[in-house]
Amino acid sequence: MTKTVMVEARGVRKSFGSNEVLKGISLEVKQGEVMCLLGPSGSGKSTFLRCINHLETIDGGRIYVDGDLIGYRQVGDVLHEMHPSAIAKQRRGIGMVFQRFNLFPHLTAIQNVMEAPVGVSRKTKSEALQAAQSLLAKVGLADKAEHYPSQLSGGQQQRVAIARALAMEPSLMLFDEPTSALDPELVGDVLDVMRDLAKSGMTMIVVTHEIGFAREVADQVVFMDAGVVVEQGTPSQVLDNPQHPRTQAFLNSVL
Amino acid sequence: MTQPSLNGEHDIVAKPLKHPWRLVFALILVAILGAFIWSLVTAETIDHAMIFKYLFNKDILSGAWLTIVLTALSMLIATILATILAVMKLSQNPLLRIISTGYIEFFRGTPLLLQIVFWGYLGIIYPTLSIGIPFTDIVFVQGQTSQLISAFSAGLIALSLNEAAYAAEIVRAGILSVDSGQAEAAKSLGMSSTYTMRRIVLPQAMRVILPPMGNETISMLKSTSLLASVAVMELYTQAQKISAQNLAQIELLVVAGFWYLVMNTVLSFPQRWLEKRFGRGFGPGVSGRILKVRRDAK
Repeated sequence: MTKTVMVEARGVRKSFGSNEVLKGISLEVKQGEVMCLLGPSGSGKSTFLRCINHLETIDGGRIYVDGDLIGYRQVGDVLHEMHPSAIAKQRRGIGMVFQRFNLFPHLTAIQNVMEAPVGVSRKTKSEALQAAQSLLAKVGLADKAEHYPSQLSGGQQQRVAIARALAMEPSLMLFDEPTSALDPELVGDVLDVMRDLAKSGMTMIVVTHEIGFAREVADQVVFMDAGVVVEQGTPSQVLDNPQHPRTQAFLNSVL
Repeated sequence: MTQPSLNGEHDIVAKPLKHPWRLVFALILVAILGAFIWSLVTAETIDHAMIFKYLFNKDILSGAWLTIVLTALSMLIATILATILAVMKLSQNPLLRIISTGYIEFFRGTPLLLQIVFWGYLGIIYPTLSIGIPFTDIVFVQGQTSQLISAFSAGLIALSLNEAAYAAEIVRAGILSVDSGQAEAAKSLGMSSTYTMRRIVLPQAMRVILPPMGNETISMLKSTSLLASVAVMELYTQAQKISAQNLAQIELLVVAGFWYLVMNTVLSFPQRWLEKRFGRGFGPGVSGRILKVRRDAK
Protein backbone atom coordinates (compact mmCIF):
# COMPACT_ATOMS: atom_id res chain seq x y z
CA MET A 1 0.00 0.00 0.00
CA THR A 2 1.43 3.37 -0.96
CA LYS A 3 0.36 6.40 1.02
CA THR A 4 -0.49 9.59 -0.85
CA VAL A 5 1.91 12.50 -0.60
CA MET A 6 0.47 15.28 1.59
CA VAL A 7 3.26 17.87 1.31
CA GLU A 8 5.79 18.08 -1.44
CA ALA A 9 8.44 20.82 -1.50
CA ARG A 10 10.70 21.09 -4.53
CA GLY A 11 13.76 23.32 -4.48
CA VAL A 12 12.15 25.98 -2.26
CA ARG A 13 14.12 29.23 -2.13
CA LYS A 14 13.45 32.30 -0.04
CA SER A 15 15.42 35.48 0.60
CA PHE A 16 14.89 38.37 2.97
CA GLY A 17 16.66 41.17 1.12
CA SER A 18 20.11 39.91 0.24
CA ASN A 19 19.97 37.22 2.91
CA GLU A 20 19.00 33.87 1.39
CA VAL A 21 17.40 31.88 4.23
CA LEU A 22 16.16 28.87 2.20
CA LYS A 23 18.57 27.59 -0.43
CA GLY A 24 16.61 24.94 -2.25
CA ILE A 25 14.64 22.80 0.21
CA SER A 26 13.15 19.56 -1.15
CA LEU A 27 11.07 17.45 1.23
CA GLU A 28 8.14 15.09 1.09
CA VAL A 29 5.64 14.22 3.82
CA LYS A 30 3.16 11.39 3.26
CA GLN A 31 -0.35 11.36 4.63
CA GLY A 32 -0.44 10.44 8.32
CA GLU A 33 3.27 11.02 8.76
CA VAL A 34 4.93 13.20 11.38
CA MET A 35 8.02 15.11 10.31
CA CYS A 36 10.16 16.91 12.86
CA LEU A 37 12.39 19.76 11.69
CA LEU A 38 15.44 20.34 13.86
CA GLY A 39 18.22 22.84 13.55
CA PRO A 40 19.92 25.80 15.19
CA SER A 41 18.04 29.11 15.27
CA GLY A 42 18.37 30.97 12.00
CA SER A 43 18.60 27.72 10.04
CA GLY A 44 15.40 28.57 8.15
CA LYS A 45 13.15 25.86 9.58
CA SER A 46 10.44 28.25 10.83
CA THR A 47 10.54 30.21 7.58
CA PHE A 48 10.10 27.00 5.61
CA LEU A 49 7.10 26.08 7.77
CA ARG A 50 5.54 29.51 7.14
CA CYS A 51 6.03 29.07 3.39
CA ILE A 52 3.88 25.93 3.44
CA ASN A 53 0.71 27.93 4.20
CA HIS A 54 1.92 30.97 2.25
CA LEU A 55 2.43 33.23 5.29
CA GLU A 56 5.73 33.85 3.52
CA THR A 57 5.95 33.97 -0.26
CA ILE A 58 8.69 31.90 -1.85
CA ASP A 59 11.14 33.15 -4.48
CA GLY A 60 11.83 29.83 -6.14
CA GLY A 61 10.69 26.22 -6.27
CA ARG A 62 7.22 24.80 -5.69
CA ILE A 63 5.21 23.69 -2.67
CA TYR A 64 2.28 21.31 -3.11
CA VAL A 65 -0.15 20.43 -0.32
CA ASP A 66 -2.53 17.58 -1.06
CA GLY A 67 -1.66 17.96 -4.74
CA ASP A 68 -2.45 21.72 -4.89
CA LEU A 69 0.26 24.22 -5.75
CA ILE A 70 0.37 26.71 -2.86
CA GLY A 71 -0.06 30.41 -3.57
CA TYR A 72 -0.01 30.25 -7.37
CA ARG A 73 -2.00 28.95 -10.30
CA GLN A 74 0.03 27.27 -12.99
CA VAL A 75 -1.28 27.58 -16.54
CA GLY A 76 1.12 25.84 -18.90
CA ASP A 77 4.52 27.16 -17.93
CA VAL A 78 3.22 30.45 -16.58
CA LEU A 79 2.56 31.11 -12.89
CA HIS A 80 -0.25 33.45 -11.87
CA GLU A 81 -0.52 35.01 -8.44
CA MET A 82 -3.57 33.70 -6.63
CA HIS A 83 -6.39 35.94 -5.44
CA PRO A 84 -6.27 36.40 -1.63
CA SER A 85 -9.62 34.62 -1.26
CA ALA A 86 -8.22 31.54 -3.04
CA ILE A 87 -5.18 31.58 -0.77
CA ALA A 88 -7.47 31.87 2.25
CA LYS A 89 -9.33 28.82 1.00
CA GLN A 90 -6.08 26.84 0.71
CA ARG A 91 -5.13 27.81 4.25
CA ARG A 92 -8.36 26.39 5.65
CA GLY A 93 -7.05 22.89 5.12
CA ILE A 94 -3.76 23.67 6.88
CA GLY A 95 -3.77 24.23 10.63
CA MET A 96 -0.97 26.19 12.27
CA VAL A 97 0.20 26.47 15.85
CA PHE A 98 2.53 29.32 16.76
CA GLN A 99 5.38 29.62 19.23
CA ARG A 100 3.63 32.49 21.00
CA PHE A 101 0.12 30.94 20.79
CA ASN A 102 -1.47 34.03 19.16
CA LEU A 103 -4.84 33.35 20.74
CA PHE A 104 -7.37 36.14 20.27
CA PRO A 105 -7.21 37.88 23.68
CA HIS A 106 -10.65 39.51 23.41
CA LEU A 107 -12.39 36.15 23.02
CA THR A 108 -12.85 33.35 25.55
CA ALA A 109 -11.29 29.94 24.93
CA ILE A 110 -14.46 28.53 23.40
CA GLN A 111 -15.00 31.66 21.29
CA ASN A 112 -11.43 31.35 20.01
CA VAL A 113 -12.18 27.81 18.84
CA MET A 114 -15.58 28.72 17.34
CA GLU A 115 -14.63 31.93 15.51
CA ALA A 116 -13.30 30.45 12.26
CA PRO A 117 -15.82 27.59 11.88
CA VAL A 118 -18.71 30.07 12.27
CA GLY A 119 -17.21 33.01 10.39
CA VAL A 120 -15.26 31.21 7.68
CA SER A 121 -16.77 27.74 7.20
CA ARG A 122 -20.31 29.04 7.79
CA LYS A 123 -21.16 26.41 10.35
CA THR A 124 -24.18 27.06 12.55
CA LYS A 125 -23.44 28.34 16.05
CA SER A 126 -24.77 25.23 17.79
CA GLU A 127 -22.82 22.93 15.48
CA ALA A 128 -19.61 24.90 16.07
CA LEU A 129 -20.25 25.08 19.81
CA GLN A 130 -20.61 21.32 20.06
CA ALA A 131 -17.47 20.73 18.02
CA ALA A 132 -15.57 23.30 20.08
CA GLN A 133 -16.64 21.74 23.34
CA SER A 134 -15.48 18.31 22.29
CA LEU A 135 -12.18 19.75 21.00
CA LEU A 136 -11.56 21.54 24.29
CA ALA A 137 -12.35 18.29 26.10
CA LYS A 138 -9.88 16.50 23.81
CA VAL A 139 -7.08 18.88 24.85
CA GLY A 140 -8.12 18.56 28.50
CA LEU A 141 -9.61 22.02 28.94
CA ALA A 142 -13.37 21.43 29.00
CA ASP A 143 -13.59 23.37 32.28
CA LYS A 144 -11.75 26.42 30.91
CA ALA A 145 -14.16 27.19 28.06
CA GLU A 146 -15.30 30.52 29.50
CA HIS A 147 -11.81 31.73 30.44
CA TYR A 148 -10.02 34.44 28.53
CA PRO A 149 -6.50 33.63 27.30
CA SER A 150 -5.01 35.99 29.91
CA GLN A 151 -6.46 33.74 32.61
CA LEU A 152 -4.82 30.59 31.26
CA SER A 153 -1.27 29.33 31.70
CA GLY A 154 0.99 29.17 28.66
CA GLY A 155 0.49 25.44 28.33
CA GLN A 156 -3.29 25.83 28.49
CA GLN A 157 -3.19 28.64 25.93
CA GLN A 158 -1.19 26.50 23.54
CA ARG A 159 -3.66 23.64 23.91
CA VAL A 160 -6.54 26.03 23.13
CA ALA A 161 -4.55 27.16 20.08
CA ILE A 162 -4.26 23.53 18.94
CA ALA A 163 -8.02 23.07 19.42
CA ARG A 164 -8.63 26.28 17.45
CA ALA A 165 -6.57 25.00 14.52
CA LEU A 166 -8.26 21.57 14.64
CA ALA A 167 -11.70 23.19 14.54
CA MET A 168 -11.19 23.88 10.83
CA GLU A 169 -10.76 20.12 10.30
CA PRO A 170 -7.37 20.50 8.56
CA SER A 171 -5.66 17.66 6.73
CA LEU A 172 -2.24 19.00 7.73
CA MET A 173 -0.99 20.59 10.94
CA LEU A 174 2.06 22.84 11.17
CA PHE A 175 3.69 23.41 14.57
CA ASP A 176 6.19 26.28 14.86
CA GLU A 177 8.21 25.60 18.03
CA PRO A 178 5.00 25.00 20.00
CA THR A 179 6.72 24.47 23.36
CA SER A 180 9.60 26.95 23.16
CA ALA A 181 7.75 29.74 24.99
CA LEU A 182 6.55 27.49 27.81
CA ASP A 183 7.78 26.94 31.35
CA PRO A 184 9.44 23.50 31.51
CA GLU A 185 6.72 21.96 33.68
CA LEU A 186 4.02 22.90 31.14
CA VAL A 187 5.73 21.38 28.10
CA GLY A 188 4.55 17.84 28.85
CA ASP A 189 0.80 18.59 28.56
CA VAL A 190 1.21 20.17 25.14
CA LEU A 191 3.42 17.32 23.87
CA ASP A 192 0.82 14.81 25.14
CA VAL A 193 -1.86 16.48 23.04
CA MET A 194 0.44 16.44 19.99
CA ARG A 195 1.30 12.79 20.58
CA ASP A 196 -2.41 11.88 20.65
CA LEU A 197 -2.96 13.86 17.49
CA ALA A 198 -0.15 12.00 15.74
CA LYS A 199 -1.60 8.67 16.87
CA SER A 200 -4.99 9.63 15.44
CA GLY A 201 -3.34 9.80 12.01
CA MET A 202 -2.90 13.56 11.54
CA THR A 203 -0.19 14.61 9.11
CA MET A 204 2.12 16.92 11.06
CA ILE A 205 5.22 19.01 10.45
CA VAL A 206 6.79 20.07 13.72
CA VAL A 207 9.60 22.55 14.16
CA THR A 208 10.94 21.71 17.61
CA HIS A 209 13.87 21.46 19.97
CA GLU A 210 12.28 18.54 21.84
CA ILE A 211 14.59 15.71 20.79
CA GLY A 212 12.71 13.21 22.97
CA PHE A 213 9.44 14.00 21.25
CA ALA A 214 11.06 13.72 17.82
CA ARG A 215 12.57 10.35 18.66
CA GLU A 216 9.29 8.96 19.96
CA VAL A 217 6.70 10.41 17.57
CA ALA A 218 8.40 11.36 14.29
CA ASP A 219 8.43 9.17 11.21
CA GLN A 220 11.05 11.41 9.65
CA VAL A 221 13.56 13.74 11.25
CA VAL A 222 15.09 16.51 9.16
CA PHE A 223 18.12 18.47 10.31
CA MET A 224 18.46 21.89 8.69
CA ASP A 225 21.31 24.38 8.92
CA ALA A 226 21.95 27.65 7.08
CA GLY A 227 18.99 27.19 4.73
CA VAL A 228 19.75 23.66 3.51
CA VAL A 229 18.69 20.16 4.57
CA VAL A 230 21.84 18.68 6.06
CA GLU A 231 20.54 15.26 6.95
CA GLN A 232 17.23 13.42 6.97
CA GLY A 233 15.96 9.98 7.83
CA THR A 234 14.25 8.01 10.56
CA PRO A 235 14.72 9.22 14.15
CA SER A 236 17.20 6.47 14.88
CA GLN A 237 19.24 7.32 11.78
CA VAL A 238 19.43 11.05 12.41
CA LEU A 239 19.32 11.24 16.20
CA ASP A 240 21.27 8.15 17.24
CA ASN A 241 23.65 7.79 14.36
CA PRO A 242 24.14 11.20 12.73
CA GLN A 243 26.51 11.15 9.77
CA HIS A 244 27.15 14.83 9.25
CA PRO A 245 29.46 16.69 11.67
CA ARG A 246 27.03 19.65 11.87
CA THR A 247 24.21 17.34 13.00
CA GLN A 248 26.53 15.75 15.54
CA ALA A 249 27.59 19.13 16.89
CA PHE A 250 23.96 20.34 17.15
CA LEU A 251 22.77 17.18 18.92
CA ASN A 252 25.67 17.37 21.35
CA SER A 253 24.76 20.94 22.21
CA VAL A 254 21.06 20.29 22.89
CA LEU A 255 21.26 16.86 24.58
CA MET B 1 4.72 41.72 75.43
CA THR B 2 2.49 39.43 73.43
CA GLN B 3 3.66 38.11 70.09
CA PRO B 4 1.20 38.98 67.30
CA SER B 5 -0.22 35.85 65.71
CA LEU B 6 1.33 35.30 62.29
CA ASN B 7 -1.39 33.14 60.82
CA GLY B 8 -4.06 35.84 60.94
CA GLU B 9 -5.06 37.57 57.73
CA HIS B 10 -4.47 41.07 59.11
CA ASP B 11 -1.40 40.61 61.25
CA ILE B 12 0.18 43.85 60.03
CA VAL B 13 -1.01 46.76 62.13
CA ALA B 14 1.37 49.60 61.32
CA LYS B 15 1.01 53.36 61.72
CA PRO B 16 0.45 54.81 58.24
CA LEU B 17 3.15 57.05 56.80
CA LYS B 18 2.26 60.72 57.31
CA HIS B 19 1.94 63.09 54.36
CA PRO B 20 1.77 66.57 55.97
CA TRP B 21 2.50 68.50 52.76
CA ARG B 22 -0.52 67.04 50.98
CA LEU B 23 -2.76 68.74 53.53
CA VAL B 24 -0.90 72.05 53.22
CA PHE B 25 -1.22 72.12 49.43
CA ALA B 26 -4.86 71.07 49.60
CA LEU B 27 -5.59 73.97 51.96
CA ILE B 28 -3.80 76.45 49.70
CA LEU B 29 -5.78 75.20 46.71
CA VAL B 30 -9.09 75.46 48.56
CA ALA B 31 -8.21 79.01 49.59
CA ILE B 32 -7.39 80.09 46.03
CA LEU B 33 -10.51 78.44 44.61
CA GLY B 34 -12.67 79.95 47.36
CA ALA B 35 -11.28 83.43 46.73
CA PHE B 36 -11.97 83.09 43.00
CA ILE B 37 -15.57 81.94 43.50
CA TRP B 38 -16.11 84.67 46.10
CA SER B 39 -14.84 87.29 43.67
CA LEU B 40 -17.37 86.10 41.11
CA VAL B 41 -20.24 85.94 43.56
CA THR B 42 -19.61 89.42 44.93
CA ALA B 43 -18.67 91.04 41.62
CA GLU B 44 -21.03 93.94 40.99
CA THR B 45 -20.26 93.82 37.27
CA ILE B 46 -22.05 90.47 37.02
CA ASP B 47 -25.83 90.29 37.18
CA HIS B 48 -26.32 86.99 39.01
CA ALA B 49 -30.07 87.01 38.69
CA MET B 50 -29.65 87.22 34.92
CA ILE B 51 -27.62 84.00 34.92
CA PHE B 52 -30.32 82.09 36.78
CA LYS B 53 -33.01 83.62 34.62
CA TYR B 54 -31.47 82.25 31.42
CA LEU B 55 -30.03 78.98 32.76
CA PHE B 56 -33.20 77.08 31.86
CA ASN B 57 -34.37 79.39 29.10
CA LYS B 58 -36.22 77.56 26.30
CA ASP B 59 -33.88 78.79 23.54
CA ILE B 60 -30.79 77.92 25.57
CA LEU B 61 -32.07 74.39 26.20
CA SER B 62 -33.01 73.87 22.55
CA GLY B 63 -29.52 75.13 21.62
CA ALA B 64 -27.95 72.65 24.04
CA TRP B 65 -30.05 69.87 22.52
CA LEU B 66 -28.91 70.80 19.01
CA THR B 67 -25.30 70.78 20.26
CA ILE B 68 -25.80 67.23 21.52
CA VAL B 69 -27.38 66.14 18.22
CA LEU B 70 -24.58 67.74 16.19
CA THR B 71 -21.88 66.18 18.37
CA ALA B 72 -23.42 62.71 18.25
CA LEU B 73 -24.09 62.73 14.50
CA SER B 74 -20.76 64.20 13.47
CA MET B 75 -18.80 61.83 15.73
CA LEU B 76 -20.75 58.89 14.30
CA ILE B 77 -20.13 59.89 10.69
CA ALA B 78 -16.50 60.80 11.45
CA THR B 79 -15.80 57.46 13.16
CA ILE B 80 -17.16 55.44 10.25
CA LEU B 81 -15.26 57.55 7.74
CA ALA B 82 -12.11 57.44 9.90
CA THR B 83 -12.14 53.64 10.06
CA ILE B 84 -12.39 53.46 6.27
CA LEU B 85 -9.58 56.03 5.89
CA ALA B 86 -7.34 54.22 8.39
CA VAL B 87 -7.78 50.87 6.67
CA MET B 88 -7.14 52.57 3.32
CA LYS B 89 -3.94 54.14 4.62
CA LEU B 90 -2.70 50.72 5.79
CA SER B 91 -3.76 49.01 2.56
CA GLN B 92 -1.43 47.29 0.10
CA ASN B 93 -3.14 49.28 -2.65
CA PRO B 94 -1.03 52.41 -3.36
CA LEU B 95 -4.01 54.31 -4.85
CA LEU B 96 -6.04 53.88 -1.65
CA ARG B 97 -3.04 54.96 0.42
CA ILE B 98 -2.61 58.13 -1.63
CA ILE B 99 -6.31 59.04 -1.42
CA SER B 100 -6.35 58.53 2.33
CA THR B 101 -3.11 60.44 2.94
CA GLY B 102 -4.27 63.31 0.72
CA TYR B 103 -7.61 63.53 2.51
CA ILE B 104 -5.99 63.56 5.95
CA GLU B 105 -3.39 66.16 4.96
CA PHE B 106 -6.01 68.43 3.40
CA PHE B 107 -8.54 68.40 6.23
CA ARG B 108 -5.93 68.65 8.98
CA GLY B 109 -4.01 71.32 7.14
CA THR B 110 -6.74 73.96 6.97
CA PRO B 111 -8.55 75.61 9.93
CA LEU B 112 -11.87 74.12 10.97
CA LEU B 113 -13.48 77.57 11.00
CA LEU B 114 -12.43 78.07 7.38
CA GLN B 115 -13.93 74.71 6.41
CA ILE B 116 -17.20 75.52 8.19
CA VAL B 117 -17.55 78.83 6.40
CA PHE B 118 -16.67 77.14 3.10
CA TRP B 119 -19.49 74.61 3.45
CA GLY B 120 -21.81 77.39 4.55
CA TYR B 121 -21.00 79.38 1.40
CA LEU B 122 -21.02 76.38 -0.94
CA GLY B 123 -24.03 77.86 -2.74
CA ILE B 124 -21.93 80.81 -3.87
CA ILE B 125 -19.31 78.58 -5.54
CA TYR B 126 -21.76 76.00 -6.88
CA PRO B 127 -25.22 77.64 -7.18
CA THR B 128 -26.75 74.35 -8.39
CA LEU B 129 -25.90 70.78 -7.56
CA SER B 130 -26.75 67.91 -9.89
CA ILE B 131 -26.25 64.20 -10.27
CA GLY B 132 -25.59 63.10 -13.83
CA ILE B 133 -22.93 61.90 -16.22
CA PRO B 134 -19.97 64.32 -16.39
CA PHE B 135 -19.23 66.07 -19.72
CA THR B 136 -22.64 65.15 -21.12
CA ASP B 137 -26.04 66.81 -20.87
CA ILE B 138 -27.50 63.87 -19.00
CA VAL B 139 -28.71 64.99 -15.56
CA PHE B 140 -30.71 62.80 -13.20
CA VAL B 141 -31.33 65.18 -10.29
CA GLN B 142 -30.66 68.87 -9.98
CA GLY B 143 -31.40 71.50 -7.34
CA GLN B 144 -30.45 74.80 -5.75
CA THR B 145 -27.50 74.34 -3.41
CA SER B 146 -29.05 76.61 -0.80
CA GLN B 147 -32.16 74.45 -0.71
CA LEU B 148 -30.33 71.10 -0.79
CA ILE B 149 -27.84 71.97 1.94
CA SER B 150 -29.27 73.73 4.98
CA ALA B 151 -27.10 75.51 7.55
CA PHE B 152 -27.46 72.44 9.74
CA SER B 153 -26.23 70.01 7.07
CA ALA B 154 -23.40 72.36 6.05
CA GLY B 155 -22.27 72.44 9.68
CA LEU B 156 -22.64 68.69 10.06
CA ILE B 157 -20.64 68.02 6.88
CA ALA B 158 -17.88 70.41 7.94
CA LEU B 159 -17.51 68.95 11.43
CA SER B 160 -17.70 65.31 10.25
CA LEU B 161 -15.22 65.61 7.40
CA ASN B 162 -12.72 67.52 9.53
CA GLU B 163 -12.99 65.18 12.50
CA ALA B 164 -12.64 62.12 10.26
CA ALA B 165 -9.11 63.23 9.34
CA TYR B 166 -8.00 63.36 12.98
CA ALA B 167 -9.89 60.23 14.01
CA ALA B 168 -8.39 58.30 11.08
CA GLU B 169 -4.93 58.66 12.61
CA ILE B 170 -6.26 57.52 15.99
CA VAL B 171 -7.86 54.44 14.43
CA ARG B 172 -4.66 53.76 12.47
CA ALA B 173 -2.62 53.93 15.67
CA GLY B 174 -5.08 51.51 17.27
CA ILE B 175 -4.78 49.04 14.41
CA LEU B 176 -0.97 49.25 14.52
CA SER B 177 -1.04 48.55 18.26
CA VAL B 178 -2.46 45.07 17.70
CA ASP B 179 0.27 42.41 17.59
CA SER B 180 0.97 41.20 14.05
CA GLY B 181 0.69 37.62 15.31
CA GLN B 182 -3.07 38.19 15.60
CA ALA B 183 -3.54 38.81 11.89
CA GLU B 184 -1.20 35.91 11.15
CA ALA B 185 -3.23 33.52 13.29
CA ALA B 186 -6.40 34.74 11.59
CA LYS B 187 -4.84 34.22 8.16
CA SER B 188 -3.73 30.71 9.08
CA LEU B 189 -7.36 29.90 9.91
CA GLY B 190 -8.41 30.96 6.41
CA MET B 191 -9.97 34.29 7.38
CA SER B 192 -10.12 37.00 4.71
CA SER B 193 -8.41 40.31 5.42
CA THR B 194 -11.77 42.11 5.76
CA TYR B 195 -13.06 39.53 8.22
CA THR B 196 -9.78 39.65 10.15
CA MET B 197 -10.00 43.44 10.41
CA ARG B 198 -13.64 43.41 11.53
CA ARG B 199 -13.62 40.52 13.99
CA ILE B 200 -10.04 40.22 15.23
CA VAL B 201 -8.04 43.44 14.81
CA LEU B 202 -10.55 46.28 15.28
CA PRO B 203 -12.13 44.88 18.49
CA GLN B 204 -8.63 44.77 20.00
CA ALA B 205 -7.69 48.15 18.57
CA MET B 206 -10.71 49.66 20.35
CA ARG B 207 -8.82 49.55 23.66
CA VAL B 208 -6.27 51.96 22.25
CA ILE B 209 -8.75 53.97 20.16
CA LEU B 210 -11.32 54.76 22.86
CA PRO B 211 -9.42 57.06 25.26
CA PRO B 212 -8.29 59.53 22.55
CA MET B 213 -11.70 59.31 20.86
CA GLY B 214 -13.23 60.39 24.18
CA ASN B 215 -10.95 63.40 23.93
CA GLU B 216 -12.11 64.03 20.37
CA THR B 217 -15.77 63.86 21.41
CA ILE B 218 -15.23 66.45 24.13
CA SER B 219 -13.36 68.61 21.65
CA MET B 220 -16.17 68.16 19.10
CA LEU B 221 -18.83 69.20 21.61
CA LYS B 222 -17.02 72.50 22.01
CA SER B 223 -16.19 72.88 18.31
CA THR B 224 -19.91 72.92 17.49
CA SER B 225 -19.83 76.49 18.85
CA LEU B 226 -17.90 77.48 15.70
CA LEU B 227 -21.13 76.86 13.76
CA ALA B 228 -22.26 80.24 15.06
CA SER B 229 -20.49 81.59 11.99
CA VAL B 230 -22.97 79.88 9.66
CA ALA B 231 -26.04 80.54 11.85
CA VAL B 232 -26.71 77.02 13.12
CA MET B 233 -28.83 77.60 16.22
CA GLU B 234 -26.72 75.56 18.67
CA LEU B 235 -25.98 76.52 22.27
CA TYR B 236 -23.37 79.22 21.67
CA THR B 237 -25.37 80.83 18.84
CA GLN B 238 -28.46 80.92 21.06
CA ALA B 239 -26.51 82.51 23.92
CA GLN B 240 -25.10 85.12 21.51
CA LYS B 241 -28.49 85.85 20.05
CA ILE B 242 -29.93 86.54 23.50
CA SER B 243 -27.00 88.66 24.64
CA ALA B 244 -27.20 90.70 21.45
CA GLN B 245 -30.63 91.81 22.64
CA ASN B 246 -30.13 92.26 26.40
CA LEU B 247 -26.39 93.09 26.28
CA ALA B 248 -25.65 90.63 29.15
CA GLN B 249 -22.69 89.09 27.34
CA ILE B 250 -20.80 87.79 30.38
CA GLU B 251 -23.91 86.33 32.02
CA LEU B 252 -24.88 84.39 28.90
CA LEU B 253 -21.33 83.15 28.44
CA VAL B 254 -21.56 81.77 31.98
CA VAL B 255 -24.88 80.11 31.10
CA ALA B 256 -23.45 78.53 27.94
CA GLY B 257 -20.24 77.53 29.74
CA PHE B 258 -22.27 75.86 32.46
CA TRP B 259 -24.11 73.65 29.98
CA TYR B 260 -20.95 72.77 28.02
CA LEU B 261 -19.39 71.67 31.32
CA VAL B 262 -22.45 69.62 32.31
CA MET B 263 -22.60 67.88 28.93
CA ASN B 264 -18.90 67.02 28.91
CA THR B 265 -19.08 65.69 32.45
CA VAL B 266 -21.97 63.40 31.53
CA LEU B 267 -19.96 62.16 28.52
CA SER B 268 -17.43 60.44 30.77
CA PHE B 269 -19.98 57.77 31.76
CA PRO B 270 -20.54 56.15 28.35
CA GLN B 271 -16.78 56.43 27.82
CA ARG B 272 -16.06 54.43 30.97
CA TRP B 273 -18.65 51.82 29.97
CA LEU B 274 -17.19 51.44 26.48
CA GLU B 275 -13.64 51.14 27.81
CA LYS B 276 -14.77 48.39 30.16
CA ARG B 277 -16.65 46.61 27.39
CA PHE B 278 -13.65 46.52 25.03
CA GLY B 279 -11.18 45.85 27.82
CA ARG B 280 -12.58 42.33 28.26
CA GLY B 281 -9.86 39.72 28.28
CA PHE B 282 -7.20 42.32 29.09
CA GLY B 283 -5.84 43.18 32.49
CA PRO B 284 -7.23 42.72 35.99
CA GLY B 285 -10.86 43.52 35.22
CA VAL B 286 -11.26 40.03 33.83
CA SER B 287 -11.53 38.01 37.02
CA GLY B 288 -14.76 39.72 38.03
CA ARG B 289 -16.49 38.43 34.95
CA ILE B 290 -15.38 34.86 35.52
CA LEU B 291 -16.69 34.92 39.07
CA LYS B 292 -19.99 36.14 37.68
CA VAL B 293 -20.04 33.35 35.10
CA ARG B 294 -19.43 30.81 37.87
CA ARG B 295 -22.19 32.29 39.98
CA ASP B 296 -24.58 32.19 37.04
CA ALA B 297 -23.68 28.57 36.44
CA LYS B 298 -24.71 27.61 39.97
